[in-house]
Amino acid sequence: MSTPLLEVENLSIALSQGGKSYKAVEDVSFAIAPGETLGLVGESGCGKSITALAVMGLLRHPLGLGGGRITLDGSDIHNLPPAKLRQLRGKRIAMIFQEPMTALNPLSTVGRQIAEMFVLHAGANWSEATDRAVDALRQVHVPSPERRVKDFPHQLSGGMRQRVMIAIALACSPDLLIADEPTTALDVTVQAEIVDLMQELCAAKGTAILMISHDLGLVANMCRRVAVMYAGRIVEQQAAAEIFERPQHPYTRGLIASLPRLGARVVHGRQRLQEISGVVPAITAFPAGCRFRPRCQRATDICQSNDPSPTPLPENGLVRCHHHG
Amino acid sequence: MKFRANLYIGGACFATAVIVGVLAPLIATHDPVFDANLMNAEIPPGWEYPFGTDAQGRDIYSRVVHGARISLTVGLVAQCINSIIGVSLGLTAGYWGGWWDDLVSGLTNLMLAIPSLIFALAIMAILGPGLVSLLIALGLTSWSYSCRLARAQVLSLKSQGYIQAAKILGYSDLRIMFTQLLPNILGPLIVIATLGAGGSILAEAALSFLGLGIRPPYPSWGSMLSDAREQITTAPWLSIFPGLAIFITVLGLNLLGDGLRDILDPQSRERTS
Repeated sequence: MSTPLLEVENLSIALSQGGKSYKAVEDVSFAIAPGETLGLVGESGCGKSITALAVMGLLRHPLGLGGGRITLDGSDIHNLPPAKLRQLRGKRIAMIFQEPMTALNPLSTVGRQIAEMFVLHAGANWSEATDRAVDALRQVHVPSPERRVKDFPHQLSGGMRQRVMIAIALACSPDLLIADEPTTALDVTVQAEIVDLMQELCAAKGTAILMISHDLGLVANMCRRVAVMYAGRIVEQQAAAEIFERPQHPYTRGLIASLPRLGARVVHGRQRLQEISGVVPAITAFPAGCRFRPRCQRATDICQSNDPSPTPLPENGLVRCHHHG
Repeated sequence: MKFRANLYIGGACFATAVIVGVLAPLIATHDPVFDANLMNAEIPPGWEYPFGTDAQGRDIYSRVVHGARISLTVGLVAQCINSIIGVSLGLTAGYWGGWWDDLVSGLTNLMLAIPSLIFALAIMAILGPGLVSLLIALGLTSWSYSCRLARAQVLSLKSQGYIQAAKILGYSDLRIMFTQLLPNILGPLIVIATLGAGGSILAEAALSFLGLGIRPPYPSWGSMLSDAREQITTAPWLSIFPGLAIFITVLGLNLLGDGLRDILDPQSRERTS
C-alpha cells in the first residue's frame, strides 16, 4: 500500500456522562490511501458516525478524544490550531450527510451555497464563484444549472438536493470525502444514481472516500476495502471481495447471512430470513471479554474471560475473534 | 404576485408617521410650545384648530405633528439598541453554550425579574432627564425579550443539518452565526422588534408622565396622553389625537413587521406568488 492519506491509529473516543467516562469507540485503526474507497459498516450506534466526526476534528462535549492519533498526510489533526483545522475542513476533507432535506440552508439559493465554498476556501470573489457554482452543478448532472443556481432548497427533490450536497462537498476537490450514509434517505433508483455520481466524480478528482453505511450491498459495490464495526470496535477488516466470500468474524457472517438473496427461494425453498439474535449492548454496559459474546453462537469460556486481540489476516486485514474463520 | 396587504398598509401607516415627523416644521400650523394662549384653552376641534387646543391653548395638531419626532426617535432608536444587544447576546449564548450561556441566561432572567420601567427609572435617575438618557434607559432595559427569543431559536436551529454542514465545511463561528443562523431567525426577531418599538413609545410616555422623560412643555405623544388624563371626560380630543397617532404608528409597525417576515421567508414568498 502506498503512503496513506488518512491514518487512524488506535483511536478511542470517550463519552462522559454523569461524571463517568465510557469508551464509545475503542482501539479503532484504519488507513485510506489517496483515491481509495474504504467502507465502514455497522449497526446504528456502533460508533461509525462519531469516528467520522473525530476525523473532522469535530468531537464536542460529551464526546472527546480518548487516545490514539488521526493523521492526514502526516500531520496530526488534533494537534492543529483551530484556524488551521477550519481550513482543512471543506477544503481537504469534506462530508456528505444522510439527510439532504435539512443539510442545506433554507434561506440561501443553492448557487450561493456552492459559491460560498469557493469564496471561503479558494479566495474567489462572488461573481467568479457564482460562475463556478454553475459548473459545479453541471458536474453533478443537474439539468439546466444556470436556472437551478437561483433555486432555493425547498424547490428541489431529495435526489437533487443530495446532488447539490455533493457539489458543495466536492467544490474544492478535497482529498477525502466522508459519506455518512449518503443514500439512506433516498429512493432506491435515486440511490444508484447518487452512488455512481459520487464514484465518477471522486475518481475524476482523485478523492478518497470513507463510506459509512449499514448497507452491505452498497459497500460491496463501491469499496475496495471494508471495515466492520461492532460496539465501538473494528471487528473485521478485509478487502471487499474477501469479506463477502470468506467472512471471518461471526458478526460479519451474521450480517451477510441476514441479507435477503434474490433467487434463494427457488433454490432452498421458503425460509425465514436469518437474524442475529439479541441487541447491541449499550455503551455504558459493554460486556466483559468479547463484546459480541452475548449474541455469538460460537462463544466459549475464553470469550468471557479474555478480550480477543486483533489477529492479522492477509493483505492488511484483521479480525478480532477467538474463533474466527 | 399576491397583493401584500399587511406590508403595504403597515408601510403606509409607518411611512406617514415618519414623513409627518420629518416635515413637522412645515406642516405644523402653530408653534407647538410657545403658542400658549389661555384665552384659547380647550377649544374643541374645528376650522381654526383641527384637533382642538389643550388646557394652555396650544394647538393639538401642531403638538401631535412635532411629537412624532420625539416619539419615533425614542421608539426606533431604543428598540434598535435593544435588538442589537439582545440578538448578539442571544446568538452567541445559544451557539457557544457553556459558561457564556449560563452568564447570559442569568443576566436575562435578572433583567426579566426587575420590572423594566423601574430599571429605566433608576438609570434615568443617575443620568438625569433628557432625550439621550431616555434612549439609553429604554435601550438597556428590554433587550431580554429579543435575547431569549434569539437564544431559543438558535438552540433549535443549532442541530439542523445545514449548521452542522457549515461547521464541517470549514465555516468560522462568526460566519455561521451571521450568514447561517441570523437570517434564519430574523423573522420572529423582526416581529418582536416591531412590537418592542411600540412598547418603547409607550414606555417613553410613562417616563415622561413621571417627569423623567421629555420635559414639558416639549411635546411627545406619550406625555400629551398623560397630561390629558384628567380632562378625558371634559375634553376628549386632548387624548384622542395623540392616542390615535400612537395607535396608527404601532399598528403600522406591527403590520410592517409581519409583512417583512413574509418576504424574508422564501417558502412563504413562493406560496403567495
